Amino acid sequence: MPKKNVFLRKFCHNSTLLKMVSLKRVLLFIAVLFIAVSPFRSFAAEEAHGNEGKTKDQEIKEHIDHHLKDDYYFTFFSHQESGKHYGFPLPVILIDNGLQVFSAGEFEYGAKVVEKNGNYYKLYHSKIYKTDAAGTITYDEKHHPTNEKPLDFSITKGVVGLMLTTVLLFIGFLSLAKTYKKGPNAIPTGMGRVLEPLVLYVRDEMAVPNIGHRYKEFMPYLLSVFFLIFTLNILGLTPLGLNVTGNISVTLCLALFTFFITNFKGNKDYWKHIFWMPGVPVPFKFVLAPIEVLGMLTKPFSLMLRLFANITAGHSVVMGLIAIVYLFQHQLTVPGSIGVSMLLTLILFFLELLVAFLQAFIFTMLSSLFIGMAVEEHAHH
Amino acid sequence: MDALIHDFSFGLFFWQFIILLIVIFILGKFAWKPIVNALEEREKGISDALASAEKAKLEMARLTNENEQLLKEAREERDVILKEAKELKDKIVAEAKESAQAEGSKIIEQAKREIEDQKLKALAEVKNQVSSLSLDIARKVLSKEFEDQGKQETLVSDLLKDVKLN
Repeated sequence: MPKKNVFLRKFCHNSTLLKMVSLKRVLLFIAVLFIAVSPFRSFAAEEAHGNEGKTKDQEIKEHIDHHLKDDYYFTFFSHQESGKHYGFPLPVILIDNGLQVFSAGEFEYGAKVVEKNGNYYKLYHSKIYKTDAAGTITYDEKHHPTNEKPLDFSITKGVVGLMLTTVLLFIGFLSLAKTYKKGPNAIPTGMGRVLEPLVLYVRDEMAVPNIGHRYKEFMPYLLSVFFLIFTLNILGLTPLGLNVTGNISVTLCLALFTFFITNFKGNKDYWKHIFWMPGVPVPFKFVLAPIEVLGMLTKPFSLMLRLFANITAGHSVVMGLIAIVYLFQHQLTVPGSIGVSMLLTLILFFLELLVAFLQAFIFTMLSSLFIGMAVEEHAHH
Repeated sequence: MDALIHDFSFGLFFWQFIILLIVIFILGKFAWKPIVNALEEREKGISDALASAEKAKLEMARLTNENEQLLKEAREERDVILKEAKELKDKIVAEAKESAQAEGSKIIEQAKREIEDQKLKALAEVKNQVSSLSLDIARKVLSKEFEDQGKQETLVSDLLKDVKLN
């Protein structure tokens, strides 16, 4: 991910030591201020001591990397000085010689090797690996662990985020659906007043213009995807520290849905345009076919990467800006660095709010565009 | 790309798949479908209401037009009736005048004739009276004149003279 590294270098080049790794996201100015200021003096004093030889730059990078990845703990804060984490461990579900279910708390944040039914597991960089009793991790030349990974169906932080989002969507939309039980002229109240225009927006701006009269068939998918992505993006901006849509597994799954719907619903014309492009000379048909087949794959691939990259970049930059508090204390003084960090984070936060909506919009828009292209009736050529 | 593949977690993919399916099917059945249908129904209701309002407007305009037409016709009819009545009146008046005139002239004619008759009668009477009176006078004069013989002879000769002159 070169994109991420660019951001990190930009914001983390002034390196000394970072101790406190607590705040992950910003929601409110004041919340940030409170959380950032309180533990901050004690860490400033700690700077000179060194922390396993890591520079401040590396610490920040590690912390951001850690945030961007999925996790087996739902951590709100951690106090690195005392090694205390404020949060709760999540259940680990492994399929490895049968079903192994245990709490992630047993890993003690990677410090301990967990033994279950004769298998040893170690938590290393937010991933579970099979190891021996001593917890040895072997690496390849790129410093990636070569240990075997068990089939992992754990309820991770991302899954918790998804479940939370699902619950929110259920509450919001089942209640909205209920208001219409009184008849179509019943006007929604409360949250429904916000949700109804969004539903209309999805229908009138995305589904209908791109798909046409068959739009109703695809509304459940488009609405689900739009609101799921939108809610997850917004949740990612809260101090919960969730990063679900910035995870490649999630965006891959979403993109695959669009891919399969597009290709299963594609009509004869759609396939004809891929394999035997009408209206061009025969030799070109042979040239165009592989390009079109490639296009079939690049469409969902771009969907996957766009959402992932935008959300990841947003989270990285916000965290980088928060890191200004620790990196520029000497140059800007303590209140100065906090002020600069707050101001920049606040500005970026509003941009991220826009991005949260925009990415949900783009994903749904392009999905409906691809579906529309697949189900389009071609009158003549 | 390497990092992307390394970061891929099958577990999260699996849960995302299951949850997305649940969301699509549960919300699809209990939320999206009723919401989309209700919105469509509402829009249809609104457009129907607008259409019927438009229709009512047209109907209203038609009725107004019709009323105006009726009023116009009624006015015209009234005018015609009034005109006819006036003509009739004029005719009656004229006839009455004419007949009155005719009657009047008849009466005048009759009166004239009566007057003439009366005049003639009176004249005849006067003539009779004058003749008898003159006869009386003549007889008295004659009786007085012819008492003298000489005078008679003179008269006769005078008369004879007159005859000759005639």
